[in-house]
Amino acid sequence: MADGSIGLWTVPLAVLGGAIRVSTPFLFVSLGECITERSGRINLGLEGTLVMGAMSAYGISYLTGSPWLGVLAAGITGALLGALHAGICSLPRVNDVAVGIALMLFGTGLAFYLGKPLIEPTAPRLPAIDFGWWSDIPQLRAALRVNVLFLIGVVLAPILYWAFRTTRWGLLIRTAGESSDAARAMGHSVLLIRLRATMVGGFLAGIGGSFLSLFYPGSWNEGLSSGQGITAVALVIFARWDPLLCLWASLAFGGAAALGPALQSVGVTSGYHLFNAAPYILTLAIMIVTCSPKRTLTGAPAELSITR
Amino acid sequence: MTSEAADSAEAVGAVAPAADPGFLQRYGGTIEYVLIPGAALAGALVVFGIFVMLFGKNPLDLYFYMYQGAFGTWFSWQNTLTRAAPLILTALCTALPAQLGMVIIGGEGALLIGALSATSAALLLQGMPPLVVQVAMVVAGVIGGGLWIMLAGGLRQYRGVNETISSLLLVYIALAILNHLVEGMMRDPASLNKPSTREIGAANMIGSIPGTDVHWGLVFGLIAAIAAYILIYHTVFGFAARVAGGNIRAAKIVGLGVSKLILTICFLAGGAAGLAGMVEVAAVQGRTNANLAAGYGFTGILVAFLARQNPLAIIPVAILLGGISASGGLLQRRLGLPDASVLVLQGIIFVFVLASDALYGRIGFLKGKS
Repeated sequence: MADGSIGLWTVPLAVLGGAIRVSTPFLFVSLGECITERSGRINLGLEGTLVMGAMSAYGISYLTGSPWLGVLAAGITGALLGALHAGICSLPRVNDVAVGIALMLFGTGLAFYLGKPLIEPTAPRLPAIDFGWWSDIPQLRAALRVNVLFLIGVVLAPILYWAFRTTRWGLLIRTAGESSDAARAMGHSVLLIRLRATMVGGFLAGIGGSFLSLFYPGSWNEGLSSGQGITAVALVIFARWDPLLCLWASLAFGGAAALGPALQSVGVTSGYHLFNAAPYILTLAIMIVTCSPKRTLTGAPAELSITR
Repeated sequence: MTSEAADSAEAVGAVAPAADPGFLQRYGGTIEYVLIPGAALAGALVVFGIFVMLFGKNPLDLYFYMYQGAFGTWFSWQNTLTRAAPLILTALCTALPAQLGMVIIGGEGALLIGALSATSAALLLQGMPPLVVQVAMVVAGVIGGGLWIMLAGGLRQYRGVNETISSLLLVYIALAILNHLVEGMMRDPASLNKPSTREIGAANMIGSIPGTDVHWGLVFGLIAAIAAYILIYHTVFGFAARVAGGNIRAAKIVGLGVSKLILTICFLAGGAAGLAGMVEVAAVQGRTNANLAAGYGFTGILVAFLARQNPLAIIPVAILLGGISASGGLLQRRLGLPDASVLVLQGIIFVFVLASDALYGRIGFLKGKS
């Protein structure tokens, strides 16, 4: 692929392409989790939701021939898993972190079970928009082949930012997350608000999964997601529950995740696995730098169990 | 929600007050801890039966083959116990920190690091007497796994990093380190298709319990679980840990060294999972490669929750779940179910067990009169 003309420039270009391509699942999961956590509950099960979303999107796209129906199916599957999480969490004395872990295992297991017959066939993929048509450099053109879902995610981030600040729904979610007593005193059901917030969060995470199977890497297999879901949950924490910061953080993560394959393509193969672990190491490093034992994080919803 | 987690962790120790020592009043709490998880398990099996029925299989066949594959013959018993051994150890990795109110889910990572450390020790000491090598492997495995989880505990204590997320991230980092080393500097050039380290040598394997095919790892697991039980419920250290888990502020006020408690407990927890890694190398695989990431660390989380974080209860629960995973092969061959069906069943059990937390203290006839 590299004809030598651009040499090591392949690496930054691939990282740029990766930042756009690989970041999309991170972006959707983190935006979804942002909504859920703002309502005062954490859903660690989004890793399972991501894998279920990827599987159902691929299956529906294969059966119907329409990748967009696949995306929708992934979203609905995610919302159902979100409803399951919220339903169990609304029982008394049930711990939301533990339920998340359970749904992570359940979602992955169910996806592997139902997805067994989908490993062989090829399903129609999502189309890409070519933003690099003006360039002669194939690597740059490859980097700028952008998927519509990425654009939707980019638009969604500022919309959510705005919605949290100004809309009725945004305020209700934040009230439930800051003080469930206040929300109850206003006559709203906290459980219902959290149910909806978790379902919307699951819907977005499911769509993030559909990107994995229908665009990049663009097939269904059991190694499709390795921790992207949980990384995205961690990402929300250091994005300070701010949808706009989630967008930047996701882009940084996508770039980090693309580093391993990019270096491999120019012949640096020695630390391949270590470079692949870059997003996890980056998450951990950022959490170490930004967290503090002495104070709660700024911007943290007061009802959230994980930050207390 | 943290207080709720602490409630249940605390409740394990505190059995109902014995003002009027009627039977139910004395044992009602204990009966609850058997009855409710048992009912949750039964409910999960029924739902799983319905699930396979949707795929045109007979649920009665399913239960029959599950029983056959898990406990039906001496052969399946041995298979079950072999799988239970690492599960006991990885469950301790979740159950010990739970006494402090911490949710550690990174047992898989500590298992991999423990396996890697144990293998390194064995390869460095080639030519020494087997007993020396084996003891060194145990020490290396425990220290490797222990430090790995202690890292998560330390980050929580000194940097306020959430231990649930950091321990899970460490699983992926551990896997990357393992792959890096077995494909790089530790690779045996003879392992072509499946990059692996060199073998630790047949003489250094820990072998089977006489008269069985079950390896000594099961004994390691039993000893570790009993030791953990004594540590938590019958020592001052364990009492301090449970106090800190119930109310961290009270613990600080009475002058308990919370940092030391967290680091020690996390080291022991990781050490248990690291020992599981050592056992898998020294009794099953004979070398380190990616096969070790078989999910024992994740199933261990389920075992710990089903056992309500009680180290003694972990033993029967690990045997039960070892049985479920042992029956996977038979379900695949006889019913044509995919290998992931065991994962689905584990997920359903986990969901039911957590939902059943809502039932404690609510079953009328167990309350007695007070």
